[in-house]
Amino acid sequence: MSAITRDEVAHLARLSRLALADDELEHYATQLDDIIGAVARVAEVATDDIPPSSHALPLTNVYRPDEVRPGLTPEQALAAAPAVEDGRFRVPRILGEEA
Amino acid sequence: MTTTRSVMPFDEALERFEPVLGLETHVELGTESKMFCGCPTAFGAPPNTQVCPVCLALPGALPVANDQAIESTIRIGLALNCTIAEWCRFARKNYFYPDMPKNYQISQYDEPLCTDGHLDVEVDGRTVRVEIERVHLEEDTGKSTHVGGATGRIHGADYSIVDYNRAGIPLVEIVTRPIAGTDRLAPEVARAYVTELRELMRSLGVSDVRMEQGSLRCDVNVSLMPRGAAEWGTRTETKNVNSLRSVERAVRGEIERQAAVLADGGRIVQETRHFHEDTGATTSGRSKEEAQDYRYFPEPDLLPIAPAPEWVEELRARLPELPTARRRRLQAEWGVSDLDMAAMRNADAVDLVEATVAAGAPAADARKWWMGELARRANESGTALADLPIEPGQIARVVELVASGALTDKLARQVLEGLLAGEGSPDEIVEARGLRVVSDEGELIAIIDQVLAANTDAADKVRAGKVAAAGALVGGVMKASRGKADAARARELILQRLGVAG
Ligand SMILES: [Zn+2]
Repeated sequence: MSAITRDEVAHLARLSRLALADDELEHYATQLDDIIGAVARVAEVATDDIPPSSHALPLTNVYRPDEVRPGLTPEQALAAAPAVEDGRFRVPRILGEEA
Repeated sequence: MTTTRSVMPFDEALERFEPVLGLETHVELGTESKMFCGCPTAFGAPPNTQVCPVCLALPGALPVANDQAIESTIRIGLALNCTIAEWCRFARKNYFYPDMPKNYQISQYDEPLCTDGHLDVEVDGRTVRVEIERVHLEEDTGKSTHVGGATGRIHGADYSIVDYNRAGIPLVEIVTRPIAGTDRLAPEVARAYVTELRELMRSLGVSDVRMEQGSLRCDVNVSLMPRGAAEWGTRTETKNVNSLRSVERAVRGEIERQAAVLADGGRIVQETRHFHEDTGATTSGRSKEEAQDYRYFPEPDLLPIAPAPEWVEELRARLPELPTARRRRLQAEWGVSDLDMAAMRNADAVDLVEATVAAGAPAADARKWWMGELARRANESGTALADLPIEPGQIARVVELVASGALTDKLARQVLEGLLAGEGSPDEIVEARGLRVVSDEGELIAIIDQVLAANTDAADKVRAGKVAAAGALVGGVMKASRGKADAARARELILQRLGVAG
């Protein structure tokens, strides 16, 4: 029994805006299944005295002072943009016509 | 378009259904720099001039949280009577939309910084307690402009252009628990809540809370249930309602629309709706079901927030006087009625009157000018009272000039006109416009004699004992002096010179 279904991979692909062909879905489902299996083995090692953690460093409260620092010029900011219009990043249509 | 225009009149809707409200309010914090980088936050800068590798999500750039934003959020939580988390994390909210260049927004999910508070609001002399579910910290998104298509809206646009100046500005989200039992007052309660919240933010000094600039934005949730029903109905969420008046209208409009749908045997779809300023109606937007798979997980690039309890207590002790207490104190100090106080609040005049009093004016005079002449001017030009190019200190000076007899009310109005036109200080305007009251008795008598000579009929009537005819002569003196004469003194002198006792 695999840990992730082909339908779940298709759902993730859609959320990630990836167009995957049928054979690719199959391919990634197998790979993701291996990854989830590997993570599951780590989970098996965990016992009650090991709390779940999201960060590798035992640090908290790392902040910066509220000070303005120089950033990029608009030219630098837009230099790598595929398309620019009116000093702004131009992006393809977001939503189609309403149904 | 899935626009349904049919609505049920509000009163009828309320006879049949009970509304339940929920409000999500976003407040942009007024920090100098952004939430996770050092970019400035000024409103209205040319596009993409306040950006850096962090807020543009260039590879390798890492966020570091702004300490002032953390502190402000905790202070907001404390002022809303919330519990402050001892330990919590930021979370990634994943979604693909070009307003965030990272393809995720740094937010908080199941570990908000503040939880379980409340805010009391007053409506119609009744206090309504609005429970606060959570207050969390996140980052604002960039601003998209949709180009082409029929309507300039996102649907059917040919493409969009994006400015990331706003992306990464610290944003606090304040979420209420469902507000039930407000009945007919639901629209007013919604408005009063946002008003109170706005005043709270101002008194804390954490945001400029300008709805028209988007530094305070409100999403309004409304559902209806048939009277006597035990279960709440399906709710809709009306996004980005951008004025206090619109909050009230959006609730009212949504109640009227949902009532019509339900009465027709229809069902309410859980969806996002858009509010239209012009008509007060809402139209359907994205349906909720498809948009809600954000796959939140703890933000690995930022360390947990663990505010020391002693620090939180220190912040609590340093909270300023909160709006309700302040209003009560000012009302007592100024000796005004509930009604007058409410009028000042509605006109956003409380701060201005207070500042004018602080600058030396008696409260009654300060209130008279702000709520009278200046409110009228603001109304005429469609600006907020606080945005008039006039300072409380200037009003205090005008009040002082009137009190000393150097100006009449009428002349004072001309000084205000000069102030609004940017002609300088009150004294400069009095000088430049030659507005000082004619206080030289000789000068006044000369004017009176001229007027008497030119109006012999009226003068004779007064001599004959018809004292009422003096009014026209006083008018003549005021006209000849271009309003600069003291009318009461002019009347006395006219009667004297015509041999009639005053
Ligand atoms: Zn930046």
